Amino acid sequence: MNSQASTAETSHRRLLDDREYVGLDEVSGPIVGVSGIHNVGYNELAEIVDRRGTTRLGMTLEVSEGAAVIQVFEGTSGLKLGDTRVRFRGHPLTLAVSEEMLGRAFDGLGRPFDGGPEPIGEERDVNGLPVNPTARDYPRKFIQTGISAIDGMNTLVRGQKLPVFSGSGLPHRQLVAQITRQARIVGEDIPFAVVFAGMGIKHDEARFYLKNFEESGAMERVVAFLSLADAPSVERLMTPRTALTAAEYLAFDLGMHVLVILTDMTNYCEALREISTQRQEIPSRKGYPGYLYSDLASIYERAGMLRGKPGSITQIPVVTMPNDDISHPIPDLSGFITEGQIVLDRDLDQRGIYPPIAGLPSLSRLMKDGIGEGMTRADHAHLASQLFASYAHVKDIRSLASVIGEEELTALDRSYMEFGEIFEQQFLSQGPEEDRSIEQTLDLGWKILQSLPREELHRITEEEIRKYYGR
Amino acid sequence: MAERIIGTVRRVVGPVVEAGNVTGVEMLELVFVGDERLVGEIVRIRGDVAWIQVYEDTTGLRPGAPVIGQGEPLSVELGPGLLGSIYDGVQRPLDVLRMQMGDFVSRGVHAPALSREKRWHFRPCVTPPCRVQGGAVLGVVQETEVIEHRILTPPWVEGELVRVAPDGDYGIEDTVATVSTPGGDVDLRFFHKWPVRKGRPYAKRLACAGPLITGQRVLDTLFPVARGGVVVVPGGFGTGKTMVQHAIAKWCDADLVVYIGCGERGNEMTGVLTEFPELIDPRTGKSLMERTLLIANTSNMPVAAREASIYTGITIAEYYRDMGYNVAIMADSTSRWAEALRELSGRMEEMPADEGFPAYLPTRLAEFYERAGLVTTLGGHEGSITTIGAVSPPGGDFSEPVTQHTKRFVRAFWALDKQLANARHYPAISWLESYSEYIDDVAPWWDEKTNESWRELRSDIMAIMQKEARLEHVVKLVGADVLPDSQRLILEVAAMFKNAFLQQNAFDKVDAFCVAEKQYVMLNIIVTFYTLAAEAIQKGVTLASLKRMDVVRDIMQMKYECPNDELNRLDTLLKELEESIHELTSIYG
Ligand SMILES: Nc1ncnc2c1ncn2[C@@H]1O[C@H](COP(=O)(O)OP(=O)(O)OP(=O)(O)O)[C@@H](O)[C@H]1O
Ligand SMILES: [Mg+2]
Repeated sequence: MNSQASTAETSHRRLLDDREYVGLDEVSGPIVGVSGIHNVGYNELAEIVDRRGTTRLGMTLEVSEGAAVIQVFEGTSGLKLGDTRVRFRGHPLTLAVSEEMLGRAFDGLGRPFDGGPEPIGEERDVNGLPVNPTARDYPRKFIQTGISAIDGMNTLVRGQKLPVFSGSGLPHRQLVAQITRQARIVGEDIPFAVVFAGMGIKHDEARFYLKNFEESGAMERVVAFLSLADAPSVERLMTPRTALTAAEYLAFDLGMHVLVILTDMTNYCEALREISTQRQEIPSRKGYPGYLYSDLASIYERAGMLRGKPGSITQIPVVTMPNDDISHPIPDLSGFITEGQIVLDRDLDQRGIYPPIAGLPSLSRLMKDGIGEGMTRADHAHLASQLFASYAHVKDIRSLASVIGEEELTALDRSYMEFGEIFEQQFLSQGPEEDRSIEQTLDLGWKILQSLPREELHRITEEEIRKYYGR
Repeated sequence: MAERIIGTVRRVVGPVVEAGNVTGVEMLELVFVGDERLVGEIVRIRGDVAWIQVYEDTTGLRPGAPVIGQGEPLSVELGPGLLGSIYDGVQRPLDVLRMQMGDFVSRGVHAPALSREKRWHFRPCVTPPCRVQGGAVLGVVQETEVIEHRILTPPWVEGELVRVAPDGDYGIEDTVATVSTPGGDVDLRFFHKWPVRKGRPYAKRLACAGPLITGQRVLDTLFPVARGGVVVVPGGFGTGKTMVQHAIAKWCDADLVVYIGCGERGNEMTGVLTEFPELIDPRTGKSLMERTLLIANTSNMPVAAREASIYTGITIAEYYRDMGYNVAIMADSTSRWAEALRELSGRMEEMPADEGFPAYLPTRLAEFYERAGLVTTLGGHEGSITTIGAVSPPGGDFSEPVTQHTKRFVRAFWALDKQLANARHYPAISWLESYSEYIDDVAPWWDEKTNESWRELRSDIMAIMQKEARLEHVVKLVGADVLPDSQRLILEVAAMFKNAFLQQNAFDKVDAFCVAEKQYVMLNIIVTFYTLAAEAIQKGVTLASLKRMDVVRDIMQMKYECPNDELNRLDTLLKELEESIHELTSIYG
């Protein structure tokens, strides 16, 4: 977009004070252009006041001598070129952080959404700063979610960023709510604080989550940032940032363990694409901007732990895969940044298996450091590896069976078919209220392995076989 | 040229700043932008307008702010104190920055890359007067327990050495030698600066000879890389690029390792920082950190500094190569570097080529990979840089521009396969899609070491794996049952090779690293099993009875049961294998 000052229009423009200007040059989608200004910085917060006196917030996307391009978070409908006033605030968007945020709901820009008072507290730049890699503490504390498919095979650890890759209509809500309810550190009694960012989700979805928090008595530990489907889409661009600013404060200033739910990142990315298209930037795949990776990283990397600080931020973003396509740029780039992914599978869902967590494409990269002796159990790593390997083989046998018919399978192949069946029906599948301990999960894993002959178990040591197999 | 104002900011678009009223500026000159003195580099000049890529976040930067030229290009400091450090993409020491500004990296903070306080013990190894030229060793400093740092005459200095400091302790800025040159006397210190975008000179480029042993069986045995070679590791997310790079950084037999985390995760760098100091290098018996240097420009750090990070890394690697060391450099991931290039190019409104990448992407890739190689240094030593670059193709699709262009400039291709990774077959390196053009360069080394024909064994197993791939198509349609035993043996041996040999768990204490000798014997055992079993089957022995032999279970476990320093156990295993099959043949045959 051309941001050079267009001099024709500037005659009526009047400088109100050194930071306030009247008149816009251009309105295009959620973006406005102003000129005849000075001393305005990149990423600076702007207030746009329309003729009725309503104020909207915006941020400079580009500044040049005498002109700026501003994205207006609350949309531009009703703005007129002539009488709109723009006030620059001299700093980026900030959030006032304090302990009083707990139990409250805000909009995507951090303003009260629950009719409560304006928050008071230290103002923090919502964009955050990158953590110095030497300041990080490596996450290794096992979080028990009570869900076998996660605890047993894709273990979550405190300070990890582990997204749920879902599809429309798949039960990611129930799953995320169940994780939030059940997540705990075995042997510690401190519950997680929850920061919830809702981006472009519907009212009933937001209500589902909030009701859930309430019912589990967690509401006083929850801060919600809601930019719902009927709010202007650009506001979503700030929502995860305000939410993470709150999370950083709770974790690193107050020492809390924070679980951050970001839903739905796909809506976020669409808003980013909208702005990028509007500015006629050169797109990369599927019209998404070339900087989508860096932009997502600036959100997902705001998870983790800091050396010498007690708190932590564990992120569970929800990503809806358009058309269930995991190679779509949004899940793809997310997967390149996060520390694994929990993938929901439509086929399992249709067969009535809850939670429908896909066995093979799901992965937790920090699992290795959070499991084993003294953390979960010594046999955990080998058991999980064996379950993965055997289940992978099930997939091959199933496709063979679909060609030659099940009757034609060898005895061994048939035992794999059986293993696959009980893996899905007994291990994966559990109730939305069912909270399994890690021991229950691991014992269950050994139990179902018994449907396979021991010669097939290459990932397990002799000693483990003696100790657990056929017990 | 000294520091001076060269213009003022006219426009700010993310990491790209346009400066106006510019005079007397040089292309690629280092500049400081605005009152916060953000570090940047001039990347385009047109009339009195210059474009600057800024290595720090430009939030709050305003038109009208001054741009200050430094009169020199973006350079790194080369001298003792590099090893064990962790730098960002423009060589700012992250541990020092943390002490200055806390847990988060903010802007406008400067710190020298090499400590000005630390003193090093210097032992001269030349006696003046004598002639010296670029690359000549003036003396040595014990930089870490395992690396002796050779203080080199900078490449551009040539003349009569008139003075060298006596044995003793010096700081990095002290003069330790003086060379008389036609242009006057030049005082030399422990360190000098070198522009990152310019390769350091050497005397002669040599053909690669001998492998870089990585300790990873699938790599060393099937797809070896030569010392001085270049490899690319492409793979979709979660397929194991970083694990491969980490494993090589830990166990390869290079003298030192430069690891560049280019636009990847913060925790991965933290992982290296916490793990490496604890790990013992099997060759030196000392901590791995003693030979390692890290460059960390994580995905959320400024994108322009990400672009610079791989040049910072390779320049440091060249510097140690010039001392006569074998250096291995890992860049994870070059795709993030290419994306940085794309983003900067887009912000400068350049014409895009494939998928928005600038048309000069292949040139830049070639320039980077060309800086690897085995050379005779200016000082007359042999030194090498082996480059291992990761590529992260969108959707795991290797037909995208970065993978395709990179393929043109590298000679080994380690393709990571999603299916293998999903089945937790690690390292998930596809034996069908990967290749290495270094076989001829490394075969003599293996043959000499193993006193036999390594090359033949390698082709035997590759042939079996290819046959298996073809048979699998049949099996998918009709099942394995209908195949004769001679063909099912191929499936069995392939499965054995995958499980017992190719899979290597990076987290296993015994198996994380496998010495070359062990790799060879293991390979020999599996190929021998195939040969003898095939003979036995011809003589009427059934495959089922062969599979039931106790020795088969031992083969499956040999990687765990026979540690690197107890290889005689494998020899025993080989004998047992021969005897067992012989026995079976005499009973049933
Ligand atoms: N050799 C190995 N041994 C054991 N586990 C492995 C091995 N290689 C990969 N893995 C497993 O695969 C996971 C992903 O590997 P890695 O982080 O290297 O992927 P990547 O290709 O670098 O992904 P990304 O592009 O997203 O960074 C690891 O966390 C680990 O669990
Ligand atoms: Mg990686």
